[in-house]
Amino acid sequence: MASDVSDLVSDVSESVERIGRRVQLMEVCGTHTVSIFRHGLRSLLPEGLRLVSGPGCPVCVTAQRHIDAAIELARRSGVVIATYGDMVRVPGRCGSLEEQRGAGADVRVVWSARSALELAVRHPQRPVVFLAVGFETTAPATAAVVLEAVRRSVENFFILAAHKLVVPAMLALLEGGSVPLDGFLCPGHVSVVTGSRAYAPVVERFSIPCVIAGFEPHDIVRAIAALVRQVEVGEARIENLYPVAVTASGNHVAQTFLDRVFRVCDAPWLALGVIRESGLELRPEFEWFDALPRFGIELGADVDSPACRCGEVIQGKVMPEECELFGAGCTPLRPVGPCMVSSEGTCSAWYKYRAAMPVHRRPVGTKQPMGPVGLKLLTEPGMCAQPARGSRS
Amino acid sequence: MTRVQAHARSVERIVRAHGGGGELMNRFLVDHVLVRLGNAKLNELTDGAVLESPTARLVFTTDSYVVQPLEFPGGGIGRLAVCGTVNDLAVMGGRPLGLSLGLIVEEGFELDRLDRLLDSIAVAAGEAAVDVVTGDTKVVERQNGDGLYINTAGVAALDDSVQLGFAFVRPGDAVVINGTIGDHGLAVLSVREGLEFDTTLESDAAPLNGLIQRVLGAGVRVRFMRDATRGGLAAVLADVAERSGWSVEIEESEIPCRPATRAAAELLGLDLLHVANEGKVVMVIDGDDVERCLSVLREHSYGRRSAAIGRVTDSQPPLVELMTRVGGRRIVARPYGEDLPRIC
Repeated sequence: MASDVSDLVSDVSESVERIGRRVQLMEVCGTHTVSIFRHGLRSLLPEGLRLVSGPGCPVCVTAQRHIDAAIELARRSGVVIATYGDMVRVPGRCGSLEEQRGAGADVRVVWSARSALELAVRHPQRPVVFLAVGFETTAPATAAVVLEAVRRSVENFFILAAHKLVVPAMLALLEGGSVPLDGFLCPGHVSVVTGSRAYAPVVERFSIPCVIAGFEPHDIVRAIAALVRQVEVGEARIENLYPVAVTASGNHVAQTFLDRVFRVCDAPWLALGVIRESGLELRPEFEWFDALPRFGIELGADVDSPACRCGEVIQGKVMPEECELFGAGCTPLRPVGPCMVSSEGTCSAWYKYRAAMPVHRRPVGTKQPMGPVGLKLLTEPGMCAQPARGSRS
Repeated sequence: MTRVQAHARSVERIVRAHGGGGELMNRFLVDHVLVRLGNAKLNELTDGAVLESPTARLVFTTDSYVVQPLEFPGGGIGRLAVCGTVNDLAVMGGRPLGLSLGLIVEEGFELDRLDRLLDSIAVAAGEAAVDVVTGDTKVVERQNGDGLYINTAGVAALDDSVQLGFAFVRPGDAVVINGTIGDHGLAVLSVREGLEFDTTLESDAAPLNGLIQRVLGAGVRVRFMRDATRGGLAAVLADVAERSGWSVEIEESEIPCRPATRAAAELLGLDLLHVANEGKVVMVIDGDDVERCLSVLREHSYGRRSAAIGRVTDSQPPLVELMTRVGGRRIVARPYGEDLPRIC
């Protein structure tokens, strides 16, 4: 396998040299981000190739207003919050769900939407709110359990609908025009659901090559080689290098679930603002499940920490180390921004694997610690009351 | 006589009086503990055990066990409580002389289940050839514990010839491990979270004192040893680099790992190097002793898949570097806490 990869790397290096300028590719999938770090792929690739991580980590793109709403829900008496693990540490304006849990809120980590529903079935007297975040990968599962909740007449199951769609975000980045990009390494899992044709607007409107890749290191390097080849010959095509799982039109069953339960809506993204038709909201016939009106909560404003540069990181505008907080005020132990929280977040992966070798060979702690920064300044007096203590069951 | 059973068919459970120091506690100790763990010292039921020390130096350690669930494939809290403490003694080069056993049981805990866990303690102690020589039982109110917590402490004899520590590590040394990594952490996680895989993942919990004594007895020049528990292999190697001042280079392709464990870790987005083990010792040894060390390890049932996974180098600053399967290089950092499973 190593020889496959080294052959591909040689192809990439030669191609980049012939192109004669820096080639910048963006991956939009947290699993790709982590795989690139974990397998040390950056250390193999030529200097003239820059990989930037786009908005591909579900936690990292979740807008402040949704995090704050989740925390507000957690503070309501008797409410059980069911959430994927990496959401619990994301800081909102009033601390994180983890902190709410410490103060008595009932926050439980689940591994699937289904286990959130089962939680509701086991505790019929408690309202269970599932934090429905993630892209086209997790959204069909949410849709499926909403339908199942209808079928089983589960009346205490609700969702905070914050699912997002990947392609509209890619288009918004390109429309913004502030990030020079030569190609997208497209997410394998999302593409299983959407199909490879979903990237047509990217190649047709912006002439940016799109290559869909699996998750093994050689899959990723092969996709990078394919992207660089397209750049070199001036092409912009969709290439599906994950044909074992991805078809042109995607998974129809998943799409049907999505379409029955959700409709496309404008959605707020962390630091990217509201992107047209980039999110999913419950259809009117499933409004029963919407936790926000159920608990009388309105989404607030998105006030991002001024010092945190997660927004620029997920747009590929800056590398994590260019953020003043990185490794000093913001670490995986005390994250300021979501990119440092999620295991798939760019900053977290960058911190954990210390980025490319040998450029970033610096021991931990060479920056002066700055202490907690930013978020507290945004807190208004009295807005962060302690949660009502619900009875634990 | 206190009847614990409310009626004939109900389950017998721990009540507050089991920890109260009276007759019920005495009967519990005799009928449930001594019958399984009894030996000349413990049977005395005195306030402490008198140990004869064969060496001038002793190793003394303690550890508390709060794992959930209490039972999982390949082990349980009882087996862990013995193996964890025995291994802490063993990696210091010690030969265990005796263990203490502190049980903190939640009121209402099923007595049959406690018996089963005490049985597993007896089995593990038998494997480690060490006795539980003193102990304590407390019962806490319902809802004030997760069923059962265990604390064990241990004392071991340390021969004068044994000299281990970070200070002895030097460039040219080899890094050896006695088998596959990540099995314990993923076995516990899969049961805790109700994940079902095609293959059952089993904890590797095992007492390693016998294996380690054989290596020391064979004259292998061991510089430093540590069992790779919480924080996994990464945490041990990060400590070696940081505390010795030398770098460590490891080869991903040489690190033993079960395919099912690797697949589970990938599915959950966890880094196997960070996942806990309970029967794995990382040894830093003289580079010339690798073959001898491996052949001794591989003769032992807990060392069949032993491998040399890396080396100590003089590269500065001191870091742990992984040569990946595809020829890449990356730094291995100490994990910050428990890795959280990913979303998609």
